[in-house]
Amino acid sequence: MVDVTIIGAGVIGCAVARELTKYRLSVCVVEKETDVCEGTSKANSGIVHAGFDCKPGTLKSKMNVKGCAMVRELSKTLDFAYRNNEALVLCFDPAQLDGLRELYDRGTANGVEGLELLTPDQVRNIEPALNDVAGALLAKTSGIVCPFEMTIAFAENAYDNGADFRFDTTVTGISKSGSFYRIETDKGSFESRFVVNAAGVYADVIHNMVCEDKIKITPRRGEYCLLDTEAGNTVKRTIFQLPTKMGKGVLVTPTVHGNLLVGPSAENIDDKEDTATTASGLASVRDRAGLSVSGIPFGKTITTFSGLRAVGDTDDFIITMSAENFIDAAGIESPGLTSAPAIGEYIAGMIAEKAGAERNDAFNGTRKGVVHFVALSREEQNELIKRDPAYGSIVCRCATVTEGEIRDAISRSLGARTLDGVKRRTGAGMGRCQAGFCSPKTMALIAEKYGIPLESVRKN
Amino acid sequence: MREFDLAVIGGGPAGMAAAVAAKKKGLDNIIIFERDAQLGGILNQCIHNGFGLHTFKEELTGPEYAERYADMVRELGIPYETGTMVLNISDDRTVTIMSRERGVEGISAKSVVLAMGCRERPRGALGIAGYRPQGIYTAGTAQRLINIDGVLPGKECVILGSGDIGLIMARRMTLEGAHVAAVFELMPYSNGLNRNIVQCLDDFGIPLLLSHTIIDIKGKENLEGVVVAEVKDGKPIAGTEEYYPCDTLLLSCGLIPENELSRACGVDINPLTNGAVVDDRLQTSIPGVFACGNVLHVHDLVDYVSAEAAKAGESAAEFVRSGQTSGDGTTINLIPKNGVRYTVPNKFSADFPDNELHIRFRVTGIYKNSAIVLKCGGNEIFRKKTMIMIPSEMQDIAVKKDVLAQAREDVEIMIEGEAQ
Amino acid sequence: MTKELICICCPMGCRMTIELDGEKVVSVTGNTCKRGSAYAVTELTAPVRMVTTTVRTADGVSIPVKTKEPVPKERIFDCVSEIKKAEVTLPVRVGDVIIENVASTGIPVVAAKTVPCR
Repeated sequence: MVDVTIIGAGVIGCAVARELTKYRLSVCVVEKETDVCEGTSKANSGIVHAGFDCKPGTLKSKMNVKGCAMVRELSKTLDFAYRNNEALVLCFDPAQLDGLRELYDRGTANGVEGLELLTPDQVRNIEPALNDVAGALLAKTSGIVCPFEMTIAFAENAYDNGADFRFDTTVTGISKSGSFYRIETDKGSFESRFVVNAAGVYADVIHNMVCEDKIKITPRRGEYCLLDTEAGNTVKRTIFQLPTKMGKGVLVTPTVHGNLLVGPSAENIDDKEDTATTASGLASVRDRAGLSVSGIPFGKTITTFSGLRAVGDTDDFIITMSAENFIDAAGIESPGLTSAPAIGEYIAGMIAEKAGAERNDAFNGTRKGVVHFVALSREEQNELIKRDPAYGSIVCRCATVTEGEIRDAISRSLGARTLDGVKRRTGAGMGRCQAGFCSPKTMALIAEKYGIPLESVRKN
Repeated sequence: MREFDLAVIGGGPAGMAAAVAAKKKGLDNIIIFERDAQLGGILNQCIHNGFGLHTFKEELTGPEYAERYADMVRELGIPYETGTMVLNISDDRTVTIMSRERGVEGISAKSVVLAMGCRERPRGALGIAGYRPQGIYTAGTAQRLINIDGVLPGKECVILGSGDIGLIMARRMTLEGAHVAAVFELMPYSNGLNRNIVQCLDDFGIPLLLSHTIIDIKGKENLEGVVVAEVKDGKPIAGTEEYYPCDTLLLSCGLIPENELSRACGVDINPLTNGAVVDDRLQTSIPGVFACGNVLHVHDLVDYVSAEAAKAGESAAEFVRSGQTSGDGTTINLIPKNGVRYTVPNKFSADFPDNELHIRFRVTGIYKNSAIVLKCGGNEIFRKKTMIMIPSEMQDIAVKKDVLAQAREDVEIMIEGEAQ
Repeated sequence: MTKELICICCPMGCRMTIELDGEKVVSVTGNTCKRGSAYAVTELTAPVRMVTTTVRTADGVSIPVKTKEPVPKERIFDCVSEIKKAEVTLPVRVGDVIIENVASTGIPVVAAKTVPCR
């Protein structure tokens, strides 16, 4: 018996979990995969949107603008990579400058600060690599974040404040029994007073187990190209094109790790698991990105990937108590990553009020991430190596990640159990050789920690 | 700050040969930095034979070849530090190193030999569509897993790319009990040696499908299979798709010199090789910094690496002795023309110190009964007949000093003959 | 009987046709040099291969090994499976005999690397 069960350990589930541990409530997060951040949260643009393109008055606009400021603050207390790199929305056709103006007005109505309309000359001055434009909107509060690190930070902090995480556990049914919900999983069943549905592209499946009025979540696939850090300085800001019905269009952005990210495509599909890339999808990404920057060095692509946005049918986030003590966080498409902390606070507040929960005085909202060795000063590096020689040994040479960082990522709260888990916590294997050199060494460290044979260590 | 006459970056075959040659040239204060726990570099995992026919006049395995050089390093009393990563090289030849024992440390070197080797082209760089499941490895990673860690990556395997490592791994996987269904090669010719096609594929009945590539990868968590298609002019031909179920995909699709340190140091890079631009002494654009082995250009024979590296080591010794950054003569550029993809070196000084200059290069296609021709100002100054030249085999010609001494302007190098 | 063979002596890769009378080579055509015919005779009468693989110590250290001489081609798998069962203890020096006579070929298997005690 727990107070709150959260279904899904993506960025929303983890943000809700963390906010709930601020109250004296028992919290359990159920996740079908082996790790946090395994679905939509791991494969997106990693943008902290300013909030100028959501319709005023929607949940999206409220959560986005609030979340944008919260992410910036949380990146300090929870120690995850964030950079306020600003964004530009480009307009190529003088006839469409009205659209740019509309975005500006919408942003202002949403309470977004730091918006400016720029002339072509101003654009050329700040981003010389861009193609000629008719005008652009500058959003100074826009930023970039590492979506893995942010989700992991929320999860670790939630865990350290008492939330329970059950991985490799798929919810198969939910039924109401008296004042509780009985949650059936492939690992047994248990009872919970509240349920939060943060199941991403499966949020409709979970919702429809409980509620009479059915919803539908459509997976919208987006494909990306990630380029080597050599290309990371192509642009400084996140470069958007004027949005279309299918979303914000193809963007070009640096990442917090110094790479260049280009994407996504947008394609509605049926299969909630289909994260395959396609030749045509990647080709369209390359073509459409060429509208913004013609000289993107795609020869320096180090990997391609695709993610599924969880698109609802209401044109807004579905965040509501859809049944007694059953709260949906469904249809969390873009700007979901940015909105996550605001959604977490909103839902936790809703539950705390309903449950009459008291504040948890023991809550500690700060968390220290895995040390980023390469970013330290030489004095700090030597201090660290003296204390633990494992930091004196490089495992991933492309991203300069030490054995100490990998050991930490494996042994800390909700530690990594797979190569991908280590990659998302440390950046090891994310570089230009894509784990060719470091994976045997990382596998050995995982095998040692969990006492398993090397061949049992998985990539994912 | 510790000071050295020569810092060698990398203790693989190139680094060891460079250090040995420099020592024999009278340089005393040498150090080799090696990131691994032992000397030898990638040879330690290349357990197959075929190394050393030129250098030692006998056929050795990779570890044996490495050990011969490691023994020389030890016998000559050349210091080396293993478990040591070089983090940075600055253009004043301050080298920042890091190890468990010493932490992060700057050392100063009068000369530097770059010998960091190369890495494999990963799946992401190939742009193959599909899922990203467990079960996809570069051939070299699989080689390490099997030969060093004792882990067989899978049971049912296909290989993309017919580079020598891919062919060698086809045999290795088979000997370890896996089934290798086929090797696919995008090009109409193999990128590996005939010898390896016969002994690694034909011996075990593994088909080599030329002009074929993988166009889709199936399986979300674990690799389930690949879709293969025939290609024409680099494009898949519709209707030729075929599905190969497999749990392992090995990639042997090219090697890339690892020049991140060189770039950060400011060394000019030749886009054709992804290695440094060098002169006849194998000196880079930064005086006192030399390059050799796979970090300079990808070799197919370790014996050539050793020979090239020895030259770099000798040049470093000469640089430290004389302080001279180049010869007094004019600098002549070597320009790759018809059929020649690149050359190493890229230029030479008209009064280069040796009796002959080794020019190493690769051809752009298959050339039978052709000739390698050098021209200067439209006049032919050198000609060598060749029976066969293929892109996967590096060419090495030695041109006499008196031939090149005539050159007063750029020398063009080309193949006379028709590519097949 | 005739057999087709690709010569592996150099990158030329000559396609050779070999005329056989039983096991005896009658003629070799298609080769460019005499190394080709010599290769064809050995390859068709008694093909041999070097075998290289690894043995592991009880605590998992991998040691590369090779047959000291080439073994008959058809015995490759026998050799590999026998080598797999070999027990080795450290230290090992390069050239140390690991198996005296592998798979009754009369050929020893030797270590291809010096591996000291841990």
